[in-house]
Amino acid sequence: MNRIQKLFTEKREKLIVYLTAGYPKLNSTKDLVLSAIDSGADMIELGIPFSDPQADGPVIQYSNEKAIKNGINLGIIFDQLEKIRQETSKPIALMGYYNQILKWGLNTFISDCKSLGVDGITIPDLPLCEANEFCKLSKSMNISPILLVAPNTSNENITKISKKAADLIYAVSIIGITGNDLSSRTELKTYLSRIRKYSSTPFMVGFGIRSHNDVKWFNEYSDGAVVGSAIIEKIKNKNDYINSARSFVKKLKGNHG
Amino acid sequence: MELTKRDYDLPDSKGHFAEFGGRFVPETLIPALDSLEEHYLAAKENKLFNNELNQLLKYYCGRETPLYKAEEISKELGFNLWLKREDLNHTGAHKINNALGQILLAKKMGKKRIIAETGAGQHGVATAAVAAKFGFECIVYMGEEDIERQKLNVFRMNLMGAEIRPVSSGSKTLKDATNEAIRDWVSNVENTFYIIGSSVGPHPYPMLVRDFQSVIGKETIIQFKELTGLPLPDKLIACVGGGSNALGLFYPFLPYDVEIIGVEAGGKGVNTTQHAATLTKGEFGVLHGAASMMLQNEDGQVTLPHSISAGLDYPGIGPEHSYLSKSKRVKYKTATDDEALDAFKWMSEKEGIIPALETAHAIAYLKQKDNGISKNEHVILNLSGRGDKDVSTVEQSMKKKYE
Ligand SMILES: Cc1ncc(COP(=O)(O)O)c(C=O)c1O
Repeated sequence: MNRIQKLFTEKREKLIVYLTAGYPKLNSTKDLVLSAIDSGADMIELGIPFSDPQADGPVIQYSNEKAIKNGINLGIIFDQLEKIRQETSKPIALMGYYNQILKWGLNTFISDCKSLGVDGITIPDLPLCEANEFCKLSKSMNISPILLVAPNTSNENITKISKKAADLIYAVSIIGITGNDLSSRTELKTYLSRIRKYSSTPFMVGFGIRSHNDVKWFNEYSDGAVVGSAIIEKIKNKNDYINSARSFVKKLKGNHG
Repeated sequence: MELTKRDYDLPDSKGHFAEFGGRFVPETLIPALDSLEEHYLAAKENKLFNNELNQLLKYYCGRETPLYKAEEISKELGFNLWLKREDLNHTGAHKINNALGQILLAKKMGKKRIIAETGAGQHGVATAAVAAKFGFECIVYMGEEDIERQKLNVFRMNLMGAEIRPVSSGSKTLKDATNEAIRDWVSNVENTFYIIGSSVGPHPYPMLVRDFQSVIGKETIIQFKELTGLPLPDKLIACVGGGSNALGLFYPFLPYDVEIIGVEAGGKGVNTTQHAATLTKGEFGVLHGAASMMLQNEDGQVTLPHSISAGLDYPGIGPEHSYLSKSKRVKYKTATDDEALDAFKWMSEKEGIIPALETAHAIAYLKQKDNGISKNEHVILNLSGRGDKDVSTVEQSMKKKYE
């Protein structure tokens, strides 16, 4: 069992924290990841910055742009991951757009992930119809391919996607991009129970989640909540971004002290 | 005479042209792309749909456009140059052929909010026009740099009731306008139809745009035969940005024995970093929903292209062109900013036709020494658009040059 499979056998509230590698500083990745984990994050989703992040709103676009200016690239991210892995055993997933992964070489990328202790990979612009090769290779190396579903994905496709992914899927909370506002709780409930019914794997929910209340609520109807834009917003333009991240993650977990 | 004909039936059912094409978009867009594909395939076989489109092409656009023998240039160069006059279309470029086709699909699908991206503004103007005509809401994403260099078109879009949303991210040009249009679409996919302006994007767009533009090549085949009595021309030439005017001319000729040349923007030279020569200098990758060739750095970040013409200033290219390049069916060459400017003046002076700066790149190819055009050959060039929108850019460059 890899760390993601293990985490999602546990029936308790889970918080997954998204961070952009190389943001706000080229070398802030490790400290931020470890602080988020210290403060209660159950899993980290580390974003590989891309020049053209189609599925992201202004906040994450900005962090991507800034990180690229800081000089981040996949080689540096892998170096950072190696050091991070020496200090934590929490699950870590990488999130990156397909072009950069192709550029690195899909095969090489996945085997590098394997040797550095990455547990899962999310590619927001790789839908089910193009994901065969990616899923096959990932699974052959015991890495979880985390495919996405959206509120307009059909029941039939939710089942197909979860079967193909096998370990975990990522339910986008809204029809939209990261940082958008959430829809009504009633609508969300219908959607999430649809996934519960048709998915053969655990699922986490992300996009637009920004408070402890949200995290608690989503955990009732799914297996975990991902917070991205909200934390990036919190550390933006902060000299003491580590402490900002710490106190925000604690709040998200419901620990105010 | 029997013409030799090779089969050509791409893309496959998943939208792939060999390793190019496909659908590299968030899952959120997949239902919309499925539905678009379904509606398009049905419309293609539907008599009523085709009648409506053909009527509009005739009475609204002014088709068919002439195939015009450029006598003066032919004399100067020693071969027969034919211009397919897409500049004479309503709104001034080939872009309207596609905008009309897509808005009819939007109507069929009951989507009354239209979005589009635009570089030169020609696609934006065409979309604004058809949206006005059908009474649909129209939002056009346009890079700030392009808004500056294509002011005339911005004004035209405003006049026709479109809302222009300036895009200030990245290079502030077509690439970033396309990103914003895609983000809008992801957020409003239920009620919005995205009218893409070139043969790019996720399947079925490259196929559908090509098909709507191929009215250019279909007319040309008939016109050339009528005018010359010859079965086929020797060569076809068109400029290539995303690739829609080029495919529109090329596609009906692909099965036949005709030499085909696409001309990319060489900017300040393909050996500098400032060009938009995607096939000449690019690498395999994924941009704006399709696998194709693209300009990128060693980290896989998309690099900023450069071209004096906003419509060619794009780091990607339609997947079918990548396929046609790799399979060597079409040759791709380049022309620089300076060559395009000279060609712009040359066509204006010689034929009294002011071409778009995009088109001027194809025209420049005619003067290149090693272009392989022999005496007396029949060459058809797609005059994709008129140059009114470019006169201030050209005026400024001329001032700089002669200062
Ligand atoms: C007149 C004209 N020609 C060519 C182009 C390039 O686009 P495409 O390669 O899709 O024909 C444009 C784009 O704006 C244009 O306005």
